[in-house]
Amino acid sequence: MNDTMSRYRTMIGHRLFWPAAVLFVMLAANTIYRPGFLSIELKDGHLYGTPIDILRLSAPLILVALGMTLVISTGGIDLSVGSLCAISGAIACMYISKQPDQNSLGVVVTALAMALGVSLVLGAWNGVLVAVIGIQPIIATLILMVAGRGLAQLITEGQIITINSEPYRAIGLGHALTLPLAIFIALAAALLVAAFTRRTALGMIIESVGGNAMASRLAGIRSGRVIFLVYVISAACAAVAGFMMTANVSSADGNAAGLWVELDAILAVVIGGTSLAGGRFFLSGTIIGALIIQTLTTTVYAMDISPQTSLLFKAVVVIAVCLIQAPAFRARFSRRRRNAPPPATIVDKPKEQVPA
Amino acid sequence: MTDSRPVLTMTGISKSFPGVRALHDVNFRLFPGEVHALMGENGAGKSTLIKVLTGVYDTDEGAITLDDEPVSFTGPMQATAAGVSTVFQEVNLCTNLSVAENIFIGREPRLLGAVRWGEVRRRARDLLARLDLALDVSAPLGSYSLAIQQMVAIARAIDIKARVLILDEPTSSLDASEVAQLFRIMRQLRDEGIAILFVTHFLDQVYEISDRITVLRNGGLVGEYLTTELPQLSLVEKMIGKELDVLEGIEEHSRRDLAALEEGTPLVAVSDFGRAGAVEPFSLTIHAGEVVGLAGLLGSGRTEVARLLFGADRADGGQVAIDGAAGSLRTPAQAIDHGVGFCSENRRAEGIVADLSVRENMILAMQAARGWLRPIPRRRQDELVDKYVKALNIRPADPEVPVRNLSGGNQQKVLLARWLITEPRLLILDEPTRGIDIGAKTEIQKLVTQLSDGGMAVLFISAELEEVLRLSHKVAVMRDRQMVAQLANDESLDADRVMQTIASGSHREEADR
Repeated sequence: MNDTMSRYRTMIGHRLFWPAAVLFVMLAANTIYRPGFLSIELKDGHLYGTPIDILRLSAPLILVALGMTLVISTGGIDLSVGSLCAISGAIACMYISKQPDQNSLGVVVTALAMALGVSLVLGAWNGVLVAVIGIQPIIATLILMVAGRGLAQLITEGQIITINSEPYRAIGLGHALTLPLAIFIALAAALLVAAFTRRTALGMIIESVGGNAMASRLAGIRSGRVIFLVYVISAACAAVAGFMMTANVSSADGNAAGLWVELDAILAVVIGGTSLAGGRFFLSGTIIGALIIQTLTTTVYAMDISPQTSLLFKAVVVIAVCLIQAPAFRARFSRRRRNAPPPATIVDKPKEQVPA
Repeated sequence: MTDSRPVLTMTGISKSFPGVRALHDVNFRLFPGEVHALMGENGAGKSTLIKVLTGVYDTDEGAITLDDEPVSFTGPMQATAAGVSTVFQEVNLCTNLSVAENIFIGREPRLLGAVRWGEVRRRARDLLARLDLALDVSAPLGSYSLAIQQMVAIARAIDIKARVLILDEPTSSLDASEVAQLFRIMRQLRDEGIAILFVTHFLDQVYEISDRITVLRNGGLVGEYLTTELPQLSLVEKMIGKELDVLEGIEEHSRRDLAALEEGTPLVAVSDFGRAGAVEPFSLTIHAGEVVGLAGLLGSGRTEVARLLFGADRADGGQVAIDGAAGSLRTPAQAIDHGVGFCSENRRAEGIVADLSVRENMILAMQAARGWLRPIPRRRQDELVDKYVKALNIRPADPEVPVRNLSGGNQQKVLLARWLITEPRLLILDEPTRGIDIGAKTEIQKLVTQLSDGGMAVLFISAELEEVLRLSHKVAVMRDRQMVAQLANDESLDADRVMQTIASGSHREEADR
């Protein structure tokens, strides 16, 4: 009895419990509303169904949010990721559209390399502004957020560039092992970032810099380099996300590609339990956060909520998610019920607060 | 001067915070037309007393009277209205607003809701004229020096029939001529009958300006004295007090032959090492196995010396030799490369990373030195952490709990372990025993002697003279941001002699008197 109680408490105290519970409730609500929601079928060797769609559509957001997690962990923020998506997509599509053979694999690889290279340079620009010059991250990346849209427009010459390249299209819509390729790309990116931060000491050093910059400096950490690096990583993630977004529609629109994705990414990071104040970061939490956001978007469509109210609906759900996660709110809530037979107290650990 | 009745009395004031008794049964009185210095080391309760007086804090016990009327202010605004004005250490004025606006902000003369700017400027000019200051009251405050800004803050404070003026460390960021200017105004106000409560860490200033001194120590009242009747040496004695915890065994250690230790090339030798505004240039040599104590009052530049040697602040000039070869200590990372470690006195802000676990906090400095690409293998981490958790008796002995859950003393040990893991050749300990219980304190002191026996050099900073004397081979004395003496810790050196040096500067000066 006592044992199950403590196990229950450990589970509830786990940092992934609340995000996972929210995701579960959302899926359950959808299934009740539309019993076929979770069904998956195999057609032409490919799996189809709403859950697969959610995974595929959340891939770009997962990518952007992974980079954002590291940036936020250092106590910074990267507002330029949406523009970077647009720029990388624009460069890749522009290059491919100018080639005689758009279906050549070599052309696509060259295009990706070029776009990725430019994105890394732009990420380095962010990094220099924040780490070397010392501009506040929100302002430093705001520069590229605004100017980047213009840059993307310049690259596409104000047009929507449409391409007809099968290999490029595959990034967004291709399949491998019955599943959409995008899922694998996001998964690979997640594993790569996880290995890069947790197999090396980078993760701990990022958390240390974000947790207490002054103490980290006095411990001998050259925090400038670390901060520079996370903005470059964030740009690289955004670039790949940009490929997916443009590949989905086989066209690059400098205005629309990746619009507002930075806000969704920040939200995903926060839902995942990483504090906006910096410090500890949770990649798995971020992924769940991104899935929650995509599930929410899909739900809005599936439930036929009118477009006029869909944003409001999203906002209400997001507020609820953030409140459920906030230890202070949960504490108040559980205190109010304290007179009733004690439900295993949730306020076990006043852990990462979730500033929303 | 003293025959009149006190304008302000505080009797039996006690104030506790969770876990800390900040003030205990403190009496304080202030006469009109006097400058009364409130003295004590950090944590003695000076700020708490001022905050109780001005209503920032409630009192737990005790009474305050102003002009024989019992008062109890609910906040500084109310205190100001009753004639008790405070000028805080950091000038909290708006440098982007004009002088006149700063003086009247929040209480501008109004007509039908509109501010009467002409009136504001005229009254500002009158007020400043009273202080013999001719300023352009329309100019932004930021265009004037810090000293002038301080005086504008005073002008603001005395505007409303102030009878009591509280100056909390007004001189800490002023240079000598600016201090003189401030003192001129203080004397003028005193002569007008205003009672001035003056808090400072500078002993010379106390003797220059004050008529009476009240000393606090550890939240208790030590006594109230006339400045003329209290020699500087006794003042220091009363501020520091004497601690009587005897630690057998450690004593002999420091009496070892300094000459033998100082043979050969020093580990670190700096000369003309200083930083404007922080500490005057000084020279210091530290040899392997040597414990150098740094004594002096708070604010005398002890921490600044440590920070310069660790590269936490950059020195303006001077030479650095490490193992006899020219080197540089310009950043912490550079100092660590040379084998220097530094435990800051400010554990929370500059020491621990509260979010990280005990294990991560311990390996942080070693990992930083290796670079992030070469993580310390987990098994090696566990070995190191285990070793120091046992050796330093860290509790709880679970390396995976966040370090914020540990007590202050245990956090201090985690920080010590962080540096010991890097096997430094010079370890700088800034107040390693402050605010921790006596058991942990003894353990840390024993550790220092063990480390130095093992050949590690230690720069040991502490406000407690007994402790410095017990551990060090050599004591460097800081006073008013200058290193005024370096004394070999032999039989002839005792707390009195160090106090004398702290109080009066170098022996040469003393001879001149």
